[in-house]
Amino acid sequence: MLSNLQLADDEVEGLRADIDGILRYVEQLDELDTSGVTPAYQVTGLRNVYRQDVVEQGSVGRTELLALSPEQTADQIKVPKVI
Amino acid sequence: MKDIGYYKGKTARQNVEEALVSAKRHEDYHALLSLTEDRALERADMVDSGQLTGRLAGVPFIAKDNFLTLGGPTTAASKILENFEAPLQATAIERLEAEGAICIGKANLDSFAHGSSTENSAFGPTKNAVDPEKVAGGSSGGSAVSVALDIVPFALGTDTGGSIRQPASFNGVVGVKPTYGMISRFGVVAMASSTDVIGCFAHTAADAQLVTAIMAGSDPKDMTTLPDYFEPSKDMQSKKLKIGLIGDFMTDDTDEGVRRNVKEYVERLKTVGHDVQTVSLPMAKYSLAIYYIVVPAEVASNLARYDGVRYGVRHEGAKTLDDLYGLSRDDGFVTESKRRIMIGNYVLSSGYFDAYYLKAQQARQLLINQFDALFESYDILLSPVTPTTAFGFGENTDDPMKMYLSDAMTVGVSLAGLPALSVPAGVSDGLPVGIQLIAPRQEDARLFDLASSMESSS
Repeated sequence: MLSNLQLADDEVEGLRADIDGILRYVEQLDELDTSGVTPAYQVTGLRNVYRQDVVEQGSVGRTELLALSPEQTADQIKVPKVI
Repeated sequence: MKDIGYYKGKTARQNVEEALVSAKRHEDYHALLSLTEDRALERADMVDSGQLTGRLAGVPFIAKDNFLTLGGPTTAASKILENFEAPLQATAIERLEAEGAICIGKANLDSFAHGSSTENSAFGPTKNAVDPEKVAGGSSGGSAVSVALDIVPFALGTDTGGSIRQPASFNGVVGVKPTYGMISRFGVVAMASSTDVIGCFAHTAADAQLVTAIMAGSDPKDMTTLPDYFEPSKDMQSKKLKIGLIGDFMTDDTDEGVRRNVKEYVERLKTVGHDVQTVSLPMAKYSLAIYYIVVPAEVASNLARYDGVRYGVRHEGAKTLDDLYGLSRDDGFVTESKRRIMIGNYVLSSGYFDAYYLKAQQARQLLINQFDALFESYDILLSPVTPTTAFGFGENTDDPMKMYLSDAMTVGVSLAGLPALSVPAGVSDGLPVGIQLIAPRQEDARLFDLASSMESSS
């Protein structure tokens, strides 16, 4: 559900077995004592990057972007009924 | 061997035509997914008429098909982007084009760069350049093979856990994985944003350095780029270095032929005056486990955007929006991508976050600490690139863990954001063996110096 993948019935069993195997493998991290260790969310000392709050004209126009969508109507992207 | 120098002194049109002929002659290898013939010839004429100049004027190259380029499709070797034509180009491509380089086509890869053999391409695998019975390696397999077959003197790839270094090793060419943040990733299909880097394949360290230097530098469109730091060295000579051979990667788990080539390379290093000691990296054995939590988590997030709505291929006949998402994604992703998306969402879900994701990021810090501690005493670390030479088709596809193990020696470097080169060292049973040279962050130039001096000493 979280993944938004509607798997075919014959895919499910294989994936279940693969994922079980991978999760068993990664559980070896339980051997490690990581108490008090700061998680390494990034590695190069990044800081927030600020910029001026001004609108920049991108190189790609609205029409060009809309044309990339599989279905359009009246200059908008069309999708099936939501509710 | 046709290095960049080979293409100087001929017309750009001759160069591009020769590369296109070579690409077509080698079609059997399936290294390429598309050619950008018209645009390439147009640009060649611009070079020949003097409108376009630069350090790579008239030099043809190939980009992995996860770089957005003009003049043809960008598919990431996936069904969901099968019909996608990018409206803009990656910064790396723009910088190469500004120096007169000419992209002639797009290289095959494991779909969305998920894999280590190019067997996960939605459009069929690439054959190894040295032995077509073996895999190209991956995920940047097509790029490595294009250079090894002399179709072009350099090609671009991406490396998230070894995707440049491993195919470079399997095909006997130089592969560059720069420091995390050196080269802008704007306009490149994201896989795992905390380790993805852009790099290149070439025949020589000097060519690889030139291409790297042109692509390097901060980019306001990629906020993770570092302030400009890369100064390519001029003489490409290496001073006497202290080098640590990572002993954890020289055990019986590594093929005897691979170890033999590494030992011979170490002897050559000693002969020219470097001090090589065996060192220990105890966290190395955990790096693959860390990687297969952190990377799927980022993959799941980055691949959420492919929903069949704004671009790409949509499942025909879906009645509801949920069906449209679910069925378009099921059609559009290969099995390996689905595996990674599901693992990623599992390890990030609220009940399991601490046990998996948080634990892995803490373990990652321990790994980084061990690398950093070694670099207090050593200038460069060295290991094999992979435990084996190129394997056969289908040999590792029955069990994903078997495939993942081919990246055991490269993923740690990615998790730590370190720069590394894969350099050809020799052959084992006729197949190329690569050496991985690793430097501290932002010390990329040291790697090119050493690799280049070793090329001229062999």
